[in-house]
Amino acid sequence: MTAQTRQTDAPAPAETAILVEDLHKSFGTLEVLKGVSLSARKGDVVAIIGGSGSGKSTLLRCINFLETPTSGRIVVAGEEIAMRADGSPANRRQIERIRTRLGMVFQAFNLWTHRTLLENVIEVPVYVLKTPRAEAISRARVLLDRVGLADKADTFPAFLSGGQQQRAAIARALAVDPSVMLFDEPTSALDPELVGEVLTVIRDLAAEGRTMLLVTHEMKFAREVANHVVYLFEGQIEEQGPPDQLFGAPKSARLKQFLQTVG
Amino acid sequence: MTGWRAFLQPHRIFLMALFAGLILWCALSLRWDWLPEYAPLALEGLWRTIWILVVTVVLGFALAVPLGLAQAIGPWYLSAPAKAFCTVIRGTPLLLQIWLLYYGLGSLFPQFPWIRGSELWPYLRQAWPYAVLALTLSYAGYEGEVMRGAFASVNKGQLEAARAFGMPRRTIFRRIWLPQAIRNVLPTLGGETILQLKATPLVATITVIEIYSVSSRVRSDTFIVYEPLLLLALVYMIIAGIIALAFKKIEDRVPDRPRRG
Repeated sequence: MTAQTRQTDAPAPAETAILVEDLHKSFGTLEVLKGVSLSARKGDVVAIIGGSGSGKSTLLRCINFLETPTSGRIVVAGEEIAMRADGSPANRRQIERIRTRLGMVFQAFNLWTHRTLLENVIEVPVYVLKTPRAEAISRARVLLDRVGLADKADTFPAFLSGGQQQRAAIARALAVDPSVMLFDEPTSALDPELVGEVLTVIRDLAAEGRTMLLVTHEMKFAREVANHVVYLFEGQIEEQGPPDQLFGAPKSARLKQFLQTVG
Repeated sequence: MTGWRAFLQPHRIFLMALFAGLILWCALSLRWDWLPEYAPLALEGLWRTIWILVVTVVLGFALAVPLGLAQAIGPWYLSAPAKAFCTVIRGTPLLLQIWLLYYGLGSLFPQFPWIRGSELWPYLRQAWPYAVLALTLSYAGYEGEVMRGAFASVNKGQLEAARAFGMPRRTIFRRIWLPQAIRNVLPTLGGETILQLKATPLVATITVIEIYSVSSRVRSDTFIVYEPLLLLALVYMIIAGIIALAFKKIEDRVPDRPRRG
């Protein structure tokens, strides 16, 4: 499955799933994001690449307000997040509601260790979205089956490999039927031999038209699965465009150098 | 289970035989003729020890959660009093606390006619409410400190995942933070509960008849010293064993890491 065929599969007049405008984020005096604008239509897979400290994870974490932006505009599925002048969320309820539409997958998996995989997957549907338990369970079983963990439903996360945990974390994110999935370096904490199984799951999601923002170090994978790639350098977008253009014929000298070093 | 095989090793058989012999010797050559007469009182005392333990542990823990939370994330005007409370409780002998409450507070109350006339007076003139209060505050003080560490020790990623999925703060606390905090300190809580059990005899000093004071009664009535004390030790060991087993069961239900073997 390539980015090209994905694009032709996408519905023609695609609506905007995520819009980020002039996003700034400072930690104290350190400005990590210096005015980043980004948009993703429904069905887009946007890969965000860049060196460490370029602000790519911070950008992703600002979108669901795990980090509070300093200023800017964020619109998720047509709804603008109300922000005060200092960038803090004006309405906690709104943030909580929008977060349930954004399925996040973390570098460190962050499965809830005191609950089994099945309990992890039904947690948000049952206790946040108030889905009837039986319905949530049957859906969760389907999702666990999809990521190849049907037989591990009653296992606690600590008994699983990193790859299995990350696949379960993806099932947990899918359980809220998110408008947009946010992947924060989903394979960076995995042993090399376990990366493949997680990428396979993400690839399948891309193929079925899930909207995704993907912060990643896997350049080959980004090129294969994304239809838009953003290269961040020191908190600004240095270059962006279709993957073939970005990876095949990069214009920016910094991007060229970055691609050489990461291989 | 490989359990039963393990008991058949020679050194274990020897130890078990030794222990059985000791029990047998105790049963045959010591005086137990006082038992039938005092059994009803002993059962009553045992029951009182157990309910005082359960009630004070439950109430104390219910207080320990806000005490720990206040110290872990509270603003200064909550964390400072919580810290002061835990420090005072942990820094003074429990016996002193029991006496201060019973002889101090307990002798203050009758001076106020409106307290004497209140519905609560029939309880306030007895000793056990002061015993329960003192043991509850004591457990709350120690466990408040334990819970402070427990709340702080929960992996930030666990809470971040909950926030990322739009969980309201109360739900995060109830579903993720509190259970994980408790899980992290279950072994400590088990040990502290056993310590609480062994602190209960102190309430005998304010005339609450629990199992220890029954053994004192036997001694002063019959001048039999060792037998009641031996039986008392056995009773405490059995209760402590049950507590340890119960906590072990809860720990095993939520394994946070693979067990060996």
